Amino acid sequence: MAILVFIEQRDGKVRAVSREALGEAVRLAGSLGGPVVGVCAAAADPGLAALGEAGASEILLASHEAFGRYEPAGIVQAVVAAVEKVKPAAVLFPASAMGRDLAPRVAARLGVGLAADCTALAVEGGRLIASRPVYAGKALQRVAFTGSPALVSLRPKIFAPAPAHNGGTLVVTPLPVEVDAAAARSRVREVKATSAGKVDLTEAEIIVSGGRGLRGPEHFDIIEALAASLGATVGASRAVVDAGWRSHGDQVGQTGKTVSPKLYVAVAISGAIQHLAGMSSSRCIVAINKDPDAPIFKVADFGVVGDAFEVVPALTEAIQKLNAHA
Amino acid sequence: MLQVVCIKQVADTETRVKVAADGRTLDPAGVTWILNPYDEFALEQALRIREAAGAGEVVVLSLGGAGVQTTIRNALALGADRAVHLKTDTVQPDSLQVARALAAELQTPALQPAQIIWFGKQGVDDDAAQVGPMVAELLGHPCVTVVAAMELQGTQAVVEREVEGGREVVEVTLPAVMAADKGLNEPRYASLKGIMAAKKKPIEEKPVTLGPPALELLSLAPPPPRAPGRIVGQGVAAVPELVRVLREEAKVI
Repeated sequence: MAILVFIEQRDGKVRAVSREALGEAVRLAGSLGGPVVGVCAAAADPGLAALGEAGASEILLASHEAFGRYEPAGIVQAVVAAVEKVKPAAVLFPASAMGRDLAPRVAARLGVGLAADCTALAVEGGRLIASRPVYAGKALQRVAFTGSPALVSLRPKIFAPAPAHNGGTLVVTPLPVEVDAAAARSRVREVKATSAGKVDLTEAEIIVSGGRGLRGPEHFDIIEALAASLGATVGASRAVVDAGWRSHGDQVGQTGKTVSPKLYVAVAISGAIQHLAGMSSSRCIVAINKDPDAPIFKVADFGVVGDAFEVVPALTEAIQKLNAHA
Repeated sequence: MLQVVCIKQVADTETRVKVAADGRTLDPAGVTWILNPYDEFALEQALRIREAAGAGEVVVLSLGGAGVQTTIRNALALGADRAVHLKTDTVQPDSLQVARALAAELQTPALQPAQIIWFGKQGVDDDAAQVGPMVAELLGHPCVTVVAAMELQGTQAVVEREVEGGREVVEVTLPAVMAADKGLNEPRYASLKGIMAAKKKPIEEKPVTLGPPALELLSLAPPPPRAPGRIVGQGVAAVPELVRVLREEAKVI
């Protein structure tokens, strides 16, 4: 049976999370069988031909000018039409802002279950099994599906994009969808950039986070400088956000964002359980804290016990030197 | 204007998760139960809209066992007018089961006039973030999730929705479903007067039979343990070694 992948595009570009979903679909196709088919809703073809390399054999393209921005009512229709046409065993969405909004609507429309924000998929006895962190990562839940298709959304930065060996056979097929834009009861009027040019925490390769130990919002300049040297995105602990030093969009933890970068640097963060929950799936964790007993050191791969105001600028300088020699 | 705030009782965020004997759910022993933190922002926004209008009603709707009434009472203490408790003994029903039960209740004559149906953006227990948009789909309502700002303009709302690196500004025609994010507002604390008043506010208890599950819970387990780390050194002197291990051992810079 086929596996259907929702191909997310924004501003006419296919987003990296879609390649990750395609990669996992190709891997699953090995045990579930069947072709990997994509469905994309866009104002114009966002360069789908390149996804043949990422593992898709066919992509159904629903074109409508309304799809230049997120238009959930029409995109739900497109995905449901694709499900009816392809009759997939599973539908994969990215657990991005769009995917997390879209997938539950599709699930409700189809009357099937959705496993959200999964970090692993497996096929056991012909059944798809999804693993997903719950309680912000304090536990891992495994679920199976009672109906078909099985809907899953995949956490960004966890799944490997497919290697480029599958290319050459991709067909892009138009998928007719009727969208009555005038009758739409919700419409994205504009998209305001809040962190122009910066990578979102959920998609960042490297994150440098600051905590209450920095003693005030003005001291985040050392965090910003270290982040700049590493090409990292800045995060923050809940204490710092609740104190109004940083905006909520920067918060990492159970009531903020759950992140999985390759490198997470926690500066002057003690490591409350709700913070650890949000970042402990990072590949490598560095903690810089003057309290050697801080709980953050229990999850850190590498720790430095010391004053952030001394260690961080020295680290920034060392990284800058490396960059200069690179 | 009638607003309904759908709330969920969850384990406190400081909870250390222990797996129950069934191997599939949270061991409830010793857990402190709270109002889902994101639902606080939803409730607060509904209350502010009612207060600004000087009229209207805020009804709290919650599904769960008998124990959820403490959390419902808490929402009443914050200022909701009355509550409907959909009572079920099903432990950890899935999102679609819950959404269908809520949608059915929202279609009864008493709640059908609701102009805004509020949710938190996700429960901090199962982190599914599904019930709000599912209910919207079942009711045929428009829906905005991850609401970071919201302004009511007659029968329309202009809503800002957090997306990667930006905010979508969405115009929505009511009735609509909204799922609140942290930062939408500063939720109030319950006053003593509110707590006293809540004791007299009505909670309508309605037993519900949930539909068949869409997901089968197989197991709940602690996350795989991280390999033990090490302290590379003290203070500034540790920086060269830290840079070396990040480059040569972890290969992350």
